[in-house]
Amino acid sequence: MSVNTKFELKLGAATREAFGKVIVDLGKADPNVVVCDADLSKSTFTHLFAKEFPNRFFSCGIAEANMVSIGAGLASSGKIAFVSSFSAFVLNKGFEQLRVNCAYAQVPLKVVGTHSGISIGEDGPSQMSVEDISLACSLAGFTVISPADEVSMSALVKAAAYHNGPVFIRAGRVKAPIVHTAEQKFEIGKAIQLIEGKDMTFIATGLLVAECIRASDILAGEGISAGVIDIHTIKPIDRNAIAAAAKNTGCIVVAEEHFTDSGLGVKVAQVVCETHPCVMEFHGMGNYYAESGTPEEVMTKYKMTGADIAVTARKALARK
Amino acid sequence: MTKTSNLGELQAIAKRVRRHIVEMIGAAKSGHPGGSLSAVEILTTLYFDVMRHDPANPTWAERDRFILSKGHAAPVLYGVFVEAGYTPAEPLNTLRRIGSIYQGHPDRRYIPALEASTGSLGVGLSLGLGMAEAARLDNSPTRVYVLLGDGEIQEGQIWEAAMYGAFHKVDNIVAIVDYNKIQLDGFVKDIMELEPLPDKWRGFGWNVIEVDGHDIPALQKAFADAAATKGKPTVMIAHTIKGKGVSFMENNPKFHGVAPTKEELEKAVQEIGA
Ligand SMILES: Cc1ncc(C[n+]2csc(CCOP(=O)(O)OP(=O)(O)O)c2C)c(N)n1
Ligand SMILES: [Mg+2]
Repeated sequence: MSVNTKFELKLGAATREAFGKVIVDLGKADPNVVVCDADLSKSTFTHLFAKEFPNRFFSCGIAEANMVSIGAGLASSGKIAFVSSFSAFVLNKGFEQLRVNCAYAQVPLKVVGTHSGISIGEDGPSQMSVEDISLACSLAGFTVISPADEVSMSALVKAAAYHNGPVFIRAGRVKAPIVHTAEQKFEIGKAIQLIEGKDMTFIATGLLVAECIRASDILAGEGISAGVIDIHTIKPIDRNAIAAAAKNTGCIVVAEEHFTDSGLGVKVAQVVCETHPCVMEFHGMGNYYAESGTPEEVMTKYKMTGADIAVTARKALARK
Repeated sequence: MTKTSNLGELQAIAKRVRRHIVEMIGAAKSGHPGGSLSAVEILTTLYFDVMRHDPANPTWAERDRFILSKGHAAPVLYGVFVEAGYTPAEPLNTLRRIGSIYQGHPDRRYIPALEASTGSLGVGLSLGLGMAEAARLDNSPTRVYVLLGDGEIQEGQIWEAAMYGAFHKVDNIVAIVDYNKIQLDGFVKDIMELEPLPDKWRGFGWNVIEVDGHDIPALQKAFADAAATKGKPTVMIAHTIKGKGVSFMENNPKFHGVAPTKEELEKAVQEIGA
């Protein structure tokens, strides 16, 4: 029995907090960095930037569409502009502005959506974002990043700031288990193989990376060798990593806190079909809305735990 | 449910609603007390005096409609629903828990008597206009009431709706702004000032009534004046105190979205005295 001991999965900061902290560092290093907020600075942690750089912080009120266009105006005038709100609000209310002012006009705005997925818990479906990957990926020219922990969030926000193009970054509300070492290097578009596997591969994003590590541990106890890939960049997707996983393990399970019919899974499936078709299963939210509850209650009821993902993996392996 | 215009009776209901609010949020350990407490008299006056509705027949076609556009204030609506007999009292302490009918924001999947599922700010007034238009088409006496937050009306869609309401002379709708001067991150004047607010609505063609949102007789008169106003929609700018009725929550931005601790809850219940 080979139990994986490489990962202790210590709880780190929430990715939204890591974002709030790293933009202060960016602001210190570069006077061009500016931040817009829509009355959620305490929740998105941009209040840290506001406190440090009040002149470079733009309070837009509860008006996300306006904020996105203001951010686009700043970004098209040479500023490194971040706009931030809950994913559910900035994408749904600001979508037209993201499409026309940023995607179509090729303006390098950085959009950070926090409180993504269903793990926000108590506030319930109106604030839960289960379609943001789909929406963001449909914006032509956008880079879409979904970090799993504070380590990758900090590194990827820094990379995004100086990326020449519009970027959407997906952050979560709750504390996230740390899955990366402090030494790990991050590159936009380059997936990270956290665990090598022979029998199958998990490809996951956000909080579900840690849950796939747990699933891999469970399966290891059953003699199954399951690899885990953290695909922190969803667009452009790392075709080589996906093709290699398909070719070498012949079985892929994708896990995401998002609708499975329009998220990461279908993007991975496209690459698999185009390279090395193999058995696949999709773990995440069906096309329905969740409900209020503590984050733990919600994640358990909607089957977002390592044990649930292991069930999906066994189903995939049975088809292999 | 028996309706009443009696001040003492309405005040007693308001007290019980306040108590429900702090107790359910205390039990949930999360939620939005400030903006729930500021709207207690407004909802109490509407549901127990002004509105034509029947908890025994929630699908009555000619009922008046109420939309809690500022959906995070769900606890005040739940408290009123319990007092009116729409929903049971005992699960109030399951607020925000899995499977509860008392979801974090109003959710029609769990309580069909709710007119709208809300929680994303800025959409309720437009929704209400649609309902008001449907009522006019059906020659129904239905009137529509929409409660908006002051922070909420920073959303552009509110002003699109404001233009529509005046242009189409939708006089069977009342927008109520819970003007408690505080939003999520702090005071409205520091986030995105709204003044001169009455002038803005007047400029958009609305009948504007300013009222003390905790003064029940004043609210009763304002709703009567609104009903008597023909040819244009009415907005009530209700001056309120966020956290009203609990001294340490009053006018305190912290209690926008923070639950009372056990000790704070005891103090709050004592002060409310229901
Ligand atoms: C579209 C949208 N943006 C942001 C939020 C997050 N949010 C919830 S309550 C709130 C502040 C609301 O302030 P206000 O309307 O004044 O409400 P009240 O003071 O009555 O509680 C914010 C920003 C939201 N629910 N919807
Ligand atoms: Mg307010």
